[in-house]
Formats: sequence, structure tokens, C-alpha cells
Amino acid sequence: MSAPTAEATAADPARPTPWQPHRRRATVVNAALGVLLAALVLAGLGLGDYPLTPLQVVQALAGADGFATTIVVEWRLPRVVAAVALGAGLATAGALFQSVTRNPLGSPDIVGFTTGAYTGVLVAMTLLPRTPDGFAGTAAAALAGGLLTAVVVFWLSYQRGIQGFRLIVVGIAVSAMLQAANTFLLMRAQTEVAMTAAAWGAGSLDLVGWEQAAPATVLIAVLGAGAVATAPLLRQLELGDDLAAGHGVAVEPARLTILAIGVALTAVATATAGPIAFVALSAPQIAFRLVRGAGLPLVASALTGAVLLVGADLVAQHLLPTALPVGIVTIVLGGAYLLALLVVRVRGRA
Amino acid sequence: MGAGSPVVPAHVRSTRGRWTVLALAGGVLCVAVVASLAIGSRPVPPADVLRALTGGDVAPADAAAVVGLRLPRTVLGLLVGAALATAGAVIQSLTRNPLADPGILGVTAGSGFAVAMAIAVLGVTTPSGYVWFALGGAFLATVAVYLVGTLGRGRIDVAQMLLGGMALTAVLAGIVSAIRLTDPQHFSALLVWESGSLQARGWDVVVPVLPFVLLGLLAAPLLGPALNALALGDDVASSLGTPVTLTRVGCVAVVAVLAGSATALAGPIAFVGLMVPHAARWVAGPDQRWILALSAVLGPVLVLASDIVARVILWPGEVPVGVVMAFLGAPVLIALVRHRRLVAL
Repeated sequence: MSAPTAEATAADPARPTPWQPHRRRATVVNAALGVLLAALVLAGLGLGDYPLTPLQVVQALAGADGFATTIVVEWRLPRVVAAVALGAGLATAGALFQSVTRNPLGSPDIVGFTTGAYTGVLVAMTLLPRTPDGFAGTAAAALAGGLLTAVVVFWLSYQRGIQGFRLIVVGIAVSAMLQAANTFLLMRAQTEVAMTAAAWGAGSLDLVGWEQAAPATVLIAVLGAGAVATAPLLRQLELGDDLAAGHGVAVEPARLTILAIGVALTAVATATAGPIAFVALSAPQIAFRLVRGAGLPLVASALTGAVLLVGADLVAQHLLPTALPVGIVTIVLGGAYLLALLVVRVRGRA
Repeated sequence: MGAGSPVVPAHVRSTRGRWTVLALAGGVLCVAVVASLAIGSRPVPPADVLRALTGGDVAPADAAAVVGLRLPRTVLGLLVGAALATAGAVIQSLTRNPLADPGILGVTAGSGFAVAMAIAVLGVTTPSGYVWFALGGAFLATVAVYLVGTLGRGRIDVAQMLLGGMALTAVLAGIVSAIRLTDPQHFSALLVWESGSLQARGWDVVVPVLPFVLLGLLAAPLLGPALNALALGDDVASSLGTPVTLTRVGCVAVVAVLAGSATALAGPIAFVGLMVPHAARWVAGPDQRWILALSAVLGPVLVLASDIVARVILWPGEVPVGVVMAFLGAPVLIALVRHRRLVAL
């Protein structure tokens, strides 16, 4: 689980033009992930109480009139679109965070960002009665809470640079404190507010309709384009601050811009569906292992994140005896993945 | 985590001084016990508390509050505090990890998971039934986290261990909430227990778990000399005649019994096992025997004081003591990790 810095390739001059085969491999990986995603999307649109064949789904999407179109376009499509967009957004945010902190564990869920976004929403719901209802109010509260938490965590772990270990421990501590604050807020809230907030807090796509999915998808697409635009800066920063500065990059502004995009992506996702853990942590690392490039691949990360979240939502809806919030599925799978990663790393060193 | 040598702060050096400190801590504990019996939504003057306990003449409502409600709660706080702090001292010394804590390392999550399984799958509902599951879950989680932290080259990686605990907690807590969502009615009892609280748990919870706590608290001091030897390194310890493997197994067993029974009593409460041993080490120095003794006295002080805060902060309502503890403990954890020299144990 070594941090994918470009130092490894820079230190290996014997390697012949490493980016050419890597690019071809990246294209193949991206195409494969795209096909997998399309298959999962078709499954997501077809499965349910009223099962449809893939052909019927495609016909419904193409605009054939009838009940099937209502089911697919009105009921199932917003959920699947949201899962694709949120998965991609979270994974991109994870890749940005992990690149900038040069640590695979520097992702928003580990540093307490998602817990902080939940705290922001709870504060808005329970303490500020004049918060506007609906997506905009929730999104603003989640953004404020998440941003504040990220700033506090990075500030507390900064001591002559951000060290991975300190970041993780500070993240654990701040998360514990925010969870306690969340419990406290839920206990002093009125019952109906607490019920709404708690349902949101599990991280679920159950209540996502077009009015949430559409703005979230647009925002994530815009922010994702911003992330791709910063990719050259990201590659420079991966070389180390001194080298990047030597190449003419304004290091601190670049870092802040990238982190701001990452924070905004996570906040949009969290505002739409509640805190969904571990996608941001695992998707960039899986994509990195698939592509085997020098840095964390943004596009492959986004595709992997979309595949993971759509897949997890299928598991949450259809594979379990009762339908569960997708956040619970990702937390169990992601936690198991993190444990496996630790064990593999340990055995690799033994 | 620097390579710096363990820093010994200005602690008491003479044995007499340590006895004095221990006696002082005992005095503070007595004050905490009386305060815990006196303070609540119906305040009772300390003099009436003593009279109620000795069967003297007090208002019936006061007597009911003190003897019926607050006495079991205070005993619970005593047991939970002593158990968690001692478990923390042992696990910090065993793993040479100053950031170790049964809550952070996932030991209490293991316990909680096992109890949830017992309730969901086997239909166990009484504390005397699920204490065994709490102990078993704590034991398995301790072993798992210890293995994740130590497998590579036999050296213990602090970050690895903390991450392992975090991941384990996430997985187990996720499964528990999944089970709870599938069967909400069955699990209302679990929800109360899960929040980490001393509220509304009577003698029926305390009595079946009591023997386990006492067993763990009596066994822990026996490990003190061996832990002192282990602090010098495995090779030195075994050449001094310390059975290294046996000591480790004993430590894991003691941690599992103490943390498991504390979790069975009050639900998962983090940070007691982190904070108290640090305070004890700061006062008494590196001798494990003194750290264990002081932890067992200071742990209940911390839990009882936090529980009093938990009772009054949302007057006349209450918050779980675990919430107060997180607010106290998280800043301590941050301070510890920022203070580089303390990280090397």
C-alpha cells in the first residue's frame, strides 16, 4: 500500500518511456470498466419488483411509451444515475486527497470529512430552524461542516508538513468527537427531526429522485472537469514540493485548489445521499493497481468508484434479505478491504 | 514517531511518594463516589446520602434515588472505570503502543458485535446470558488486532494497529447496524446499550458480570513484573527468566476479560483506557505495577466524573457517558500524537 509517488519511476532511469505502455493499458482498463459499469447500470434498471430484460430497459430508455418507461425513467433511473455520479465524485475526491497528501489513507472518509458533513447537516436541521429545506440547504450545511472538519484536521496534523500517521490519528480522534456530537444533537432533537436525520445519516439512495440526482450530477460533472483540468498540477505535486516549485508550479495555491475541488465533490455526494464510507478510500487504490501507472489515475478512479457504488447499491437492494442503506454495504465491504490491505502489507514485509 | 528515547517526565521517584499519590487518588475517588450518589435530577445533600446508605432517617424519595437508582449506577461506574483503565494500561504496555485503547483498537466493537449476534441469532436477552459473548468477542478482536499490528517482522507498527482497529470497528459496527435495521423491534434494547451509558442498568446487569471484572482486576497486577521485564525487549526478558509467550497470552486474556466485561456492563466506551494509563505513567513513572494500581483507582474517578457531567449537561435529561468521554478523550489523543516524544514508549 505504498504511496503512489512518482519518485519510484523518477529513480528508475532504465525504464524505457514508461508512459506509452501505461497509456495503452489505461485505455484498456478504462474501456473494461466502462463495459462493466454499463452492465451494472442495465442490471440496476432492470431488477426490482417488476423485472425487465435488458432489451426492455433499452427500449424504455429509447422512449417507447408504456409502464416500463415510467418505471425505468421515473423510478429507477434517478437512483442509478445518482449512484454513478456519486461513486465517480467520491472516488475522484479520494484520488485528489490521496495524491495531495501522498498517502493512500489521506482520503476524506479517514480524515473525518464525511462525519463532519453529517454534523453540519445535523446542526442545520436541529439548531438552525430557518435553514431552507431540500437539496440546497442540506448541501450548504454538509459543505460547511465538511470543510470546517477538513480544515481543523489538516491544521491539527500539520507540523513541519503533513505526516500520514499523524493525519490518520487526528482523523480518528476528530471523527470520534464528531460522532459524539452527532449523538448529542440527535438526542436533544425532536423525534421527527431525529428520524429524518438518522435516515439520512445511514447513507442511502432510497429517497433520491430527479430533484436530487439532476443537480448532483451536474455539479459533480463540473467539478470533475475541474479535477481533470488540474491533473497536470497534480502530477507535478506528486514529484514533491521542491521539484514542483522548480518546475514553476505555485505549490500552495495548487494544493489548495485541488483540495477545494475534492472537498466540494465529497460535500455534493454527502449532501445527496448521506455519508457513504470507504468509496473514496478504496476506488483510487483499486484503479491504481489496475492501471499500474505512475500516479493515481483520475478517470479510472472515477469509473471504479461508479462501478463500486452501483454494485454496492445492487447488493444493498437485491442480494440481501432486506433492502438496506447502501452506506452500510460500503462500510462493511470497505472496512474488510482495508483490513485485507493491512494484512497483505504485513505479510509482504515479513 | 521519532526514534527518540522514551521520555520520563518529572514523576514521583520515591516509593513513599508513590504511596502518597495512591492514597490521594483514593481520596479523590471517595469524593467522586459521594458526588455520584448526590448529584442528579433530584439533588441530595451529602449528609443525607450517607444517612440513606446506612439506613438512617431520610425522605423516602431521596432514599429511593440514592439507594435504588444511583447506588447501582455508581458501582457500575466503579467497575467499568477500573476495568477499562486497567485493560488500557495492559494493552499499551503489551503492544508498546501509547495510543492503544480497547475502544480505539476495536476490542469493544468485537464485544458489541458478539452481543448483537447473541441477541439476533440466539435470542439471548439477559446480561448473564450475553456476558460470555461479550468476553468471547473481545478476545477474538484483541487477538485479531494484535496480529494485524505485529505480524510483520514481529515488530509492532502503531499506525498499522490503529488502522486495523478502525477497519475492524467499521466492519463490525456496519454489520450490527444492518442487523438492527432488518429487525428494529428486536433491537431497541441493543440501541440503548450500544450508546455507551451507565443509565438505567440495575443490579441485574452488575451482579452476573462482577466476578469477571474482579478476576481481571486481580490477575492484572500479577502481570506487572513480567511487563516490566518485557519493556526491556523480548531477548532480555527471556534471559531474565520471564516466560515471554505466556505473559503475552496472559495479557491478551486479561484485556479481553476486562474490556469485554466493561462492554457488557455499559456498552462501548472509548478513551478511558487511553487517558488514564497516561496520567498514571506521568505521575508514577514507568514501573508497570504502579501504573496498574494507579489506573485502577483513577479510571473510576474519570468515569464517575464524566457520568456526573453526562447527567447535568442536558438537565433534566441525560447524555450517554460515552459521549462525554469522547469529548474529553479525543483532544488527549490529538495532543499525544502531536507531542512527538511521548509517542515512543
